[in-house]
Amino acid sequence: MCVVCGCADSGDKGATMEGGHAHPHHHHGHAYMPANRRVSRRAQAGPDADAPAPAKVDALSGDLHFGAGAARVSVPGMSQSRAIRLEADILGENGRIAARNRARFAAHGVTALNFVSSPGSGKTTLLCATIEALRARAPQWPVAVIEGDQQTTFDADRIRATGAPALQVNTGKGCHLDAPMVAEAFDRLHDGKMGARSLLFIENVGNLVCPAMWDLGEAAKVAILSVTEGEDKPLKYPDMFAAASVMLLNKIDLLPHLRFDVQRCIDFARRVNPRIEVLQLSAVTGEGMDAWLDWLARTAAPASIAGLEAALEDIVRSTAT
Amino acid sequence: MHEASLAGGILQLIEQTARREHFARVTHLRLEAGQLAGVESRALRFALDALAPGTLLDGAVIDIDEPPGEAWCMDCSHTVTIAQRGDACECCGGYRLQPTGGTELKVIDMQVEDL
Ligand SMILES: Nc1nc2c(ncn2[C@@H]2O[C@H](COP(=O)(O)OP(=O)(O)OP(=O)(O)O)[C@@H](O)[C@H]2O)c(=O)[nH]1
Ligand SMILES: [Mg+2]
Ligand SMILES: [Zn+2]
Ligand SMILES: [Zn+2]
Ligand SMILES: [Zn+2]
Ligand SMILES: [Zn+2]
Repeated sequence: MCVVCGCADSGDKGATMEGGHAHPHHHHGHAYMPANRRVSRRAQAGPDADAPAPAKVDALSGDLHFGAGAARVSVPGMSQSRAIRLEADILGENGRIAARNRARFAAHGVTALNFVSSPGSGKTTLLCATIEALRARAPQWPVAVIEGDQQTTFDADRIRATGAPALQVNTGKGCHLDAPMVAEAFDRLHDGKMGARSLLFIENVGNLVCPAMWDLGEAAKVAILSVTEGEDKPLKYPDMFAAASVMLLNKIDLLPHLRFDVQRCIDFARRVNPRIEVLQLSAVTGEGMDAWLDWLARTAAPASIAGLEAALEDIVRSTAT
Repeated sequence: MHEASLAGGILQLIEQTARREHFARVTHLRLEAGQLAGVESRALRFALDALAPGTLLDGAVIDIDEPPGEAWCMDCSHTVTIAQRGDACECCGGYRLQPTGGTELKVIDMQVEDL
């Protein structure tokens, strides 16, 4: 059996020298691989048993193969080839750590939100304004912030100036935060400071592309789009808006100076994500902040109940043993 | 360039598997990057090439399957093919589509050699 693709017609053992593909077949998706690349790679790996070889290649007799692959076939003691089926999610390891983060957040009653946007859309400004507004409206509600940037601690410094605890994560050349970074940051942040009902804001690296793919364990992704960026962004970067629960349309104080069709932007966002909620606000003038704080309260409430339940389960489990 | 992180994740998966299965090199690696998975397979291939020398992946043939995007239309209840998120339903023209296929990013299988 051909172990890579599972078809039943290959006489494997004798034909394993080149990855067990000593029969011509085209049924497992080589179509996406440019032919020239296949050839050049095979030059390193050995004769190209997978290429459209003369039709009568027979793995057992090996006649046509003998010429093409003589050296490797005839060398005694050549390595054994075998197949391993993995079916493994490439982001699986990140996903496992994100799930652990999520469970920890729930157990602590922490609602974590992952703020994603292009650089300069106003994430840090909005976080500072939100922290100030919450202090007036819900002073019993602690907030902590994890700041992701490639370099500098400017943004964490801006958050700390509001009095909220903040931790800067510099990713160096990395263009997104991942779940292990957040796990470590939360280790350092949460000792004693995060109560039974608290908020954790995670400001991702400014990048509208890949933060969409890395689950951090957040309750929701909050996509910020400022009106100066143009209304077409949800269609140009669909993965981000598809992954977000809410889109905050920021800098609406600038609308009078721009040609930005708000309704068209919202329609585009709904095309890639029919369920996305949209809020319009200005982090500078405070317009629209009340609706945003309402959204926060709504999103955080079920999380704190779930957190309480998880904590209770922990207690039950630990007393049972 | 998140493809570089992904290539690192792939190599990590392979190294983990090698510790368990005791092989010396990979000759053939088959990946799946669905058309809605957010990955540019040319960039991924480039990143893997850059990473491969001196690793278990050195000299490996890499196949990347790219199954098409599929979505369920909430308006007409058909499953349709889409090239990217934000495309209209080819059946009714609506935009209320829920992706159901072509979203996965995984290592399917590999052919390996022992020492
Ligand atoms: N007019 C106006 N300017 C804003 C608003 N929000 C943010 N800005 C300005 O936009 C610029 C960028 O804001 P930041 O908060 O640093 O943006 P950011 O998204 O955190 O940027 P990075 O962390 O570098 O990705 C600053 O000059 C802010 O003063 C707003 O609502 N209205
Ligand atoms: Mg910032
Ligand atoms: Zn086969
Ligand atoms: Zn093959
Ligand atoms: Zn990235
Ligand atoms: Zn339809």
